[in-house]
Amino acid sequence: MITALSALDVGQDTEARDAALPLLAVENLTVEFTTASGTLRAVDGVSWSVRPGETLALVGESGCGKSVTALSVMRLLARPAGRVTGGRILFGGRDLLALPESEMRALRGRDIAMIFQEPMTSLNPVLTIGMQLAEPLIIHLGMSEAQARVRSVELLGMVGIPDAERRLRQYPHQFSGGMRQRVMIAIGLACDPKLIIADEPTTALDVTIQAQILELMKDLSRRLGITLVLITHNLGIVARYADQLAVMYAGRVVEEGPADRVFRAPRHPYTVRLMRSVPRLDQARGGALETIEGLPPNLMDPPSGCRFAPRCTARIPVCDSDPALRPVGDARRAACHRAEEMPGAVPLTAARPAAAAPALAAEVTPLLQVRGLSKHFAVPGRGLFGKMATVRAAEEVSFSIGRGETLGLVGESGCGKTTVGRLVLRLEEPTRGEILFDGKDIAKASAAEMRAMRTRIQVIFQDPYSSLNPRMTVGATIREPLTYRLNMATAEAHDRAASLLRQVGLPPEMAERYPHQMSGGQRQRVGIARALAMEPDFIVCDEAVSALDVSVQGQIINLLAELQAELGVAYLFIAHDLAVVRHLSQRVVVMYLGRVMEVADRDELYAAPLHPYTQALLDSAPVPDPVKERARAPRALRGELPSPLAPPSGCVFRTRCPKAIRECAEIIPPLREIRPGHLAACIRI
Amino acid sequence: MSASTRDGPVMAWRRRNPVLGFIMAQPLGAAGLVVILVMAAAAIFANVVAPYDPEAIDFLAMLSPPSMEHPLGADAFGRDILTRIIYGARTALTIGFLSSFLGCTIGGLLGVTSAYFGGRVDLILQRFVDIVLSFPIIVLALVVVAVVGHRPIMGIDLNLIAAISIPIMPRAARVIRSAALAVRAMPYVDAARAGGYTHSHIILRHMAPNVLAPYLILLTAYIAQAILLEASLSFLGLGVSEPKPAWGLMLSGDSSNFYQEAPWMILFPGLAISLAVFAFNLFGDSLRDWLDPKFRT
Repeated sequence: MITALSALDVGQDTEARDAALPLLAVENLTVEFTTASGTLRAVDGVSWSVRPGETLALVGESGCGKSVTALSVMRLLARPAGRVTGGRILFGGRDLLALPESEMRALRGRDIAMIFQEPMTSLNPVLTIGMQLAEPLIIHLGMSEAQARVRSVELLGMVGIPDAERRLRQYPHQFSGGMRQRVMIAIGLACDPKLIIADEPTTALDVTIQAQILELMKDLSRRLGITLVLITHNLGIVARYADQLAVMYAGRVVEEGPADRVFRAPRHPYTVRLMRSVPRLDQARGGALETIEGLPPNLMDPPSGCRFAPRCTARIPVCDSDPALRPVGDARRAACHRAEEMPGAVPLTAARPAAAAPALAAEVTPLLQVRGLSKHFAVPGRGLFGKMATVRAAEEVSFSIGRGETLGLVGESGCGKTTVGRLVLRLEEPTRGEILFDGKDIAKASAAEMRAMRTRIQVIFQDPYSSLNPRMTVGATIREPLTYRLNMATAEAHDRAASLLRQVGLPPEMAERYPHQMSGGQRQRVGIARALAMEPDFIVCDEAVSALDVSVQGQIINLLAELQAELGVAYLFIAHDLAVVRHLSQRVVVMYLGRVMEVADRDELYAAPLHPYTQALLDSAPVPDPVKERARAPRALRGELPSPLAPPSGCVFRTRCPKAIRECAEIIPPLREIRPGHLAACIRI
Repeated sequence: MSASTRDGPVMAWRRRNPVLGFIMAQPLGAAGLVVILVMAAAAIFANVVAPYDPEAIDFLAMLSPPSMEHPLGADAFGRDILTRIIYGARTALTIGFLSSFLGCTIGGLLGVTSAYFGGRVDLILQRFVDIVLSFPIIVLALVVVAVVGHRPIMGIDLNLIAAISIPIMPRAARVIRSAALAVRAMPYVDAARAGGYTHSHIILRHMAPNVLAPYLILLTAYIAQAILLEASLSFLGLGVSEPKPAWGLMLSGDSSNFYQEAPWMILFPGLAISLAVFAFNLFGDSLRDWLDPKFRT
């Protein structure tokens, strides 16, 4: 214990830390993975600690080693590929790495609980919730089944699941994603753990549900004195919930300290740039986003010296030597030779002028006009004689997009935004309504007409991993539309593909690669090049940046904006991230459960949202600024998304709406113009 | 960075010489390929390499055990078993490979098409597949042979190949369809649809290559099935008929009466079938990895 402490408290500015002994201290942890092509050091000499009752956020982009560190604490690394090759993990003074497996097993779930990212797959689908909740109680605490049952009801109540007695007999598929994550938290809480490690607990959830879950976790940890290690890539969540913050990059901790101080004045150039590269909900679009050019290093063969140096704009010759993680005042530590000069030493990239937003002058004919568009899916009912049920994925959706303009389409999962995108692309047949593209109705176009129109409308998908054919090289993917649709000669197509690759910021040599040989951001660029190949007037971007890491996301957003300025292409930008939509769109449509709730120009919508749902969405999304975040009242829209099979009568949002009155159940509110150019569907405005 | 440093030695070989590259990356598959090539050579040059005439009857050698004159022994008519195995490779390779290839390819394309269109097309195609599947494989082949008769071209009975490939088709279609359903849901197929490509282009260029792995496994597995099916048909007098040498026929025919006194009569043809199947399996597995871009790094 003494050695553990002295190892931690080397600096002079540790008065604050002396106050309490750390509950968990990771010291100099090194984890290696053996792969077919060599040894990969995923975590390289990482140290951090968390004191009782504190919330520590572990932040970093994918592949930085944050999840591996957490799994090492639980000793759940995939063996034999991964193993800890150095360091200690002290939990209450005991080195977890030295414990025999039997003692470790007793500790897991009882003293340390873990909550995973995917609530859909972390519960066993063939066991009832009750059995899965009772398991740790019976195994760790030796309770009888009856005792475990009583405690389970109590636990479900604690995590806000009503009607617990009945819910215990249900199976995971009968719970929504948010409810399942609540069950996971209940299981984590079952044995009154001292520490909960939550690995991206809300990444798979919608923003309003995310707010509910995080508020719940924060409240529980405060009430029960549980220490929380929160692994996340979302800086907004960190700003709102974390006391301490450790930023990881390429297998190392680059900066550690109290969250508010790190946010106010980060001491590592990576932290500085990471915070600048996030699109902000609370700031108007001001030019292009700052981005971190380049990619994180390959951990098979890391560069010598500072690992961030190749991407760092504040690099000096001394950066060739490895910077140690050292105290830099203010109870903080950073691994940078120039930490004292930060954040001033990182030059602000001259804010490039915002890709000139085309004037929203009232055009005579918009490029795309959607009127009363509906799509109903028939789904088989339950049982042999069950009636076919109808899911109204999109109902009476109307909007228009001008040439070279971007329309943002926002909403949570299940709101019908992707369906609308697919209808516009005619990948689905509309049930009703018109989709006028340059005056021609896509909804009624014949196969031949549609084929001709498809050279003018293209699409970029969310998942860069599955949107490229794995059996085709990048070059073949980009050349296909050229030779097959535009009848270009092979040599000419090669040249055009090379120039397209350059246009999206990739070296033309990449044409010979297969998709699996590229990073996520590079693949997304290839997807964009494919979409541009036929020189379309209009591109549907379906969550085009949501699967990417923060710094890469910024690069792609800038690329899309630049291409728009250069080529005058119009976008239908579908996303759930309000900040990203704010950055790219001129006009925004908000959808909920298949219906349009609000349409307005971007700045108007974000500054003065009219519809209660839009207000709730904006309230739920945390912004990466601890001062602003903590000043905001606790919120969280209550309730869950109703089943699309049985949507509420009248206004679909009324079941969760804070302003709902009796009339809301009777009238389907029409979309009406409340201020010039600002439409909302609510009878209470 | 030069190509060779990025890709490693195998990749460099692959570019310079695909055959050597394949041998270096997939030694087991290369061994399988060698066995297949040896069998093919034996089949083609049977009249040169075989020591006897496959149909020559020698009453003095009836049921004689392996010896210097007859390395693998002789059968109930005194015909040399080694010779008959060498000649039998002709029927085995042509009928085994061709019917499996035809059955899996046509069936596979049906499966991919069914998965691509979905809805009513899928429903109709799959109910048709159900009907065909409800007949035992041998009964169906029997019916086809009985209806269409024989049509030998260059010593190969085309109708027999058709008869054997038809029962393979629905089985391949069902397996490939399930793999293709997963591919159908991939955004790159939607991207191709959004590109305005024709249905056949999407099916052949974007979907078929991505179900290659189950296809190759099926192909090699059904070669063995086809050889055995051919033997069963021969036994029933509908396939290759005596005295023509065929592995399946050698196993079934009158060897059942004598296998206790002369086990070599069934041992060696059986080994030949096993070896052929094993070789095709090894080669098929390696080919699958070799054609997968993910294994090329």
